[in-house]
Amino acid sequence: MGKLRQCAIYGKGGIGKSTTTQNLVAALAEAGKKVMIVGCDPKADSTRLILHSKAQTTVMHLAAEAGSVEDLELEDVMAIGFGGVKCVESGGPEPGVGCAGRGVITAINFLEEEGAYDEDLDFVFYDVLGDVVCGGFAMPIRENKAQEIYIVVSGEMMAMYAANNIAKGIVKYANSGGVRLAGLICNSRKVDREDELITALAERLGTQMIHFVPRDNVVQHAEIRRMTVIEYDPNCKQADEYRALARKIIDNKKLVIPTPLEMDELEALLMEYGVIDQEDESIIGKTKAQETALAAA
Amino acid sequence: MAALTREETQALIQEVLEVYPEKAKKDRAKHLMINDKTLESSKKCITSNRKSLPGVMTMRGCAYAGSKGVVWGPIKDMISISHGPIGCGQYARAGRRNYYVGTTGVDTFCEMNFTSDFQERDIVFGGDKKLAKLIEEIEMLFPLNKGISVQSECPIGLIGDDIEAVAKKMAAQIGKPVVPVRCEGFRGVSQSLGHHIANDSVRDWILPNRDGKHYEKTPYDVAILGDYNIGGDAWASRILLEEMGLRVVAQWSGDGTLAEMENTPNVKLNLLHCYRSMNYIARHMEEKYGIPWLEYNFFGPTKIAESLRKIAEHFDDRIKEGAERVIEKYTPVMNAVIAKYKPRLQGKKVMLYVGGLRPRHVVGAYEDLGMEVIGTGYEFAHNDDYDRTIKEMGDATLIYDDATGYELEEFVKAMKPDLIGSGIKEKYVFHKMGVPFRQMHSWDYSGPYHGYDGFAIFARDMDMTLNNPCWKMLKAPWQKQEAEALKKAA
Repeated sequence: MGKLRQCAIYGKGGIGKSTTTQNLVAALAEAGKKVMIVGCDPKADSTRLILHSKAQTTVMHLAAEAGSVEDLELEDVMAIGFGGVKCVESGGPEPGVGCAGRGVITAINFLEEEGAYDEDLDFVFYDVLGDVVCGGFAMPIRENKAQEIYIVVSGEMMAMYAANNIAKGIVKYANSGGVRLAGLICNSRKVDREDELITALAERLGTQMIHFVPRDNVVQHAEIRRMTVIEYDPNCKQADEYRALARKIIDNKKLVIPTPLEMDELEALLMEYGVIDQEDESIIGKTKAQETALAAA
Repeated sequence: MAALTREETQALIQEVLEVYPEKAKKDRAKHLMINDKTLESSKKCITSNRKSLPGVMTMRGCAYAGSKGVVWGPIKDMISISHGPIGCGQYARAGRRNYYVGTTGVDTFCEMNFTSDFQERDIVFGGDKKLAKLIEEIEMLFPLNKGISVQSECPIGLIGDDIEAVAKKMAAQIGKPVVPVRCEGFRGVSQSLGHHIANDSVRDWILPNRDGKHYEKTPYDVAILGDYNIGGDAWASRILLEEMGLRVVAQWSGDGTLAEMENTPNVKLNLLHCYRSMNYIARHMEEKYGIPWLEYNFFGPTKIAESLRKIAEHFDDRIKEGAERVIEKYTPVMNAVIAKYKPRLQGKKVMLYVGGLRPRHVVGAYEDLGMEVIGTGYEFAHNDDYDRTIKEMGDATLIYDDATGYELEEFVKAMKPDLIGSGIKEKYVFHKMGVPFRQMHSWDYSGPYHGYDGFAIFARDMDMTLNNPCWKMLKAPWQKQEAEALKKAA
């Protein structure tokens, strides 16, 4: 057994972080790796494909029932799923109440104190809420937690903005701890020249596009059955894509402090690939009435 | 005569500022002034109500302290919930000696600590459900409570709990006022914002409750605002007003009740003792109900007589005569007190550093005893407080805003007062320096100090502190011998 590698998966909300993470983890497990998933999202949907369950009972939910987190045992919160993958969900409040960030902090502290990380694990994957809205959601990348960050991205504009912002966050923590950007995972949305674009973005960020995951409906077919592709249809082409991603991550040595782009640079890049149009400076702040008057003049 | 000349005081300020780093020096310089009685406004001389510098050991409190500790806490038949983790409520419990009449735990609750005792899960999942449950339990266990206030501690604001919604729901359920107060400690620069927030919540959730309802008025109805009945202060004040023929219908908030507060919009005149903590509600009642308000000062016979006459001006001859009658009745008593203590205190110099009104209000009482206040300052005043202070203090006296631990020590070393009046946090520093000290927040567990009765106690307390033989015993025998030997040699 090698040294435990802790990885965090970030990316814009809805980009497919949880699906990608679980398929990747399933591929790693298939390759004989011992893996744990820690869901860091109050929605608690980071382990459903591994466990075939609707939503795993979460650390915070159990803590609330028991009275406090100190009353819990590790066995209470950990479930074992496909390929022996260990699953934990931090959980948190319903939208609009309480402090979800504190829930993530509490849950991760609990896992550390209870020794969830030792034994013979090869990988821990943190699947984190899309927007790093407060300190709680940066918890997995603070010192002594995840050292490798993978950002799930697509060729859509907002996804790339988000990736760049996450890179900025990594810089902050990279300077005080050991966290590094390990690569972009492109979860394809079938945008034109998508892999060229993401490769270019990765280069600018000082990292790599570690894998281009094509879009394939089999992922949805598997999801309906609360399964990963690896388990649902191990012989399909898409399963091989996740295996390839898993292999690349196992071999990945390229860990960098990212070089986030300035807004202008990012927009220039997006224009170059036709994701956004050239801005027409002359129309900014002009009302329709003003434009009509101008046209008449 | 001030302790130092204007030039000497200026030099002292410069010397004290010298140790600060450049930025801190610039900031602190704005908070120190030398008094000039001719000034109309303090604006150009002193800056106040600004954020304290880190590291200076400020004596300030927080917004929760201003709301729960000062304004809401003393209302005796309401229950104040300290909403959040346990510490804020428990360490502030019963600390201010707001006396009240009642059976604690049955019909009055000031000395008790009600808290939602937040745990990790309440932070993560929010505390609204727990708050609702807590209010239900209070209503079941303490059915004689007249209403409940929810005093927010810091986490409530951080996690965005909707205590207003809970308050509305529970008020309907228990049929009593439930008042949400957003006095999270991190808001504002001192307890002062807490007073304001508390006043605003009284305005919104209490004051209009009996609007339009019948109330048996008299032309002599007044309310005491800003007297927290510390050591019985409000009682010693109330009897004088009653003796002159007024009807005191409310005490805000020492020994006060919810009903008294709700009835206050019916009074003829609001009498404001602590301007800082209750001017907001006085102004509001003036605006909404047309009730004039008047600041008064019940420390020491001179100020009391002045205040009684000023109050009487707002009423008919019956009350004016009443005021004269009261003054006449107590003057011989006061003369006897002064005759007894003045010879023992004459010429002694005092330095003060207190909170809302006392840095200026007690000056007259010391002067009645022949003493002089040579330096004064506030923890959390605004400039309207300093405007008023300029008039009370002698020329060339020192005035300090949000004084630091270091500054107070240095000022005392240089100005050598015979007595210091300040709080518990300052007390033992100055005791160790061998300077007589009285707590002027809590009256050192004595009081009342308000009113004629209070002045007799005040005079006695100052005498027994200042002339206590213990101060002469602070030098060790060998130090005494050394000092004497040195004297002889010289």
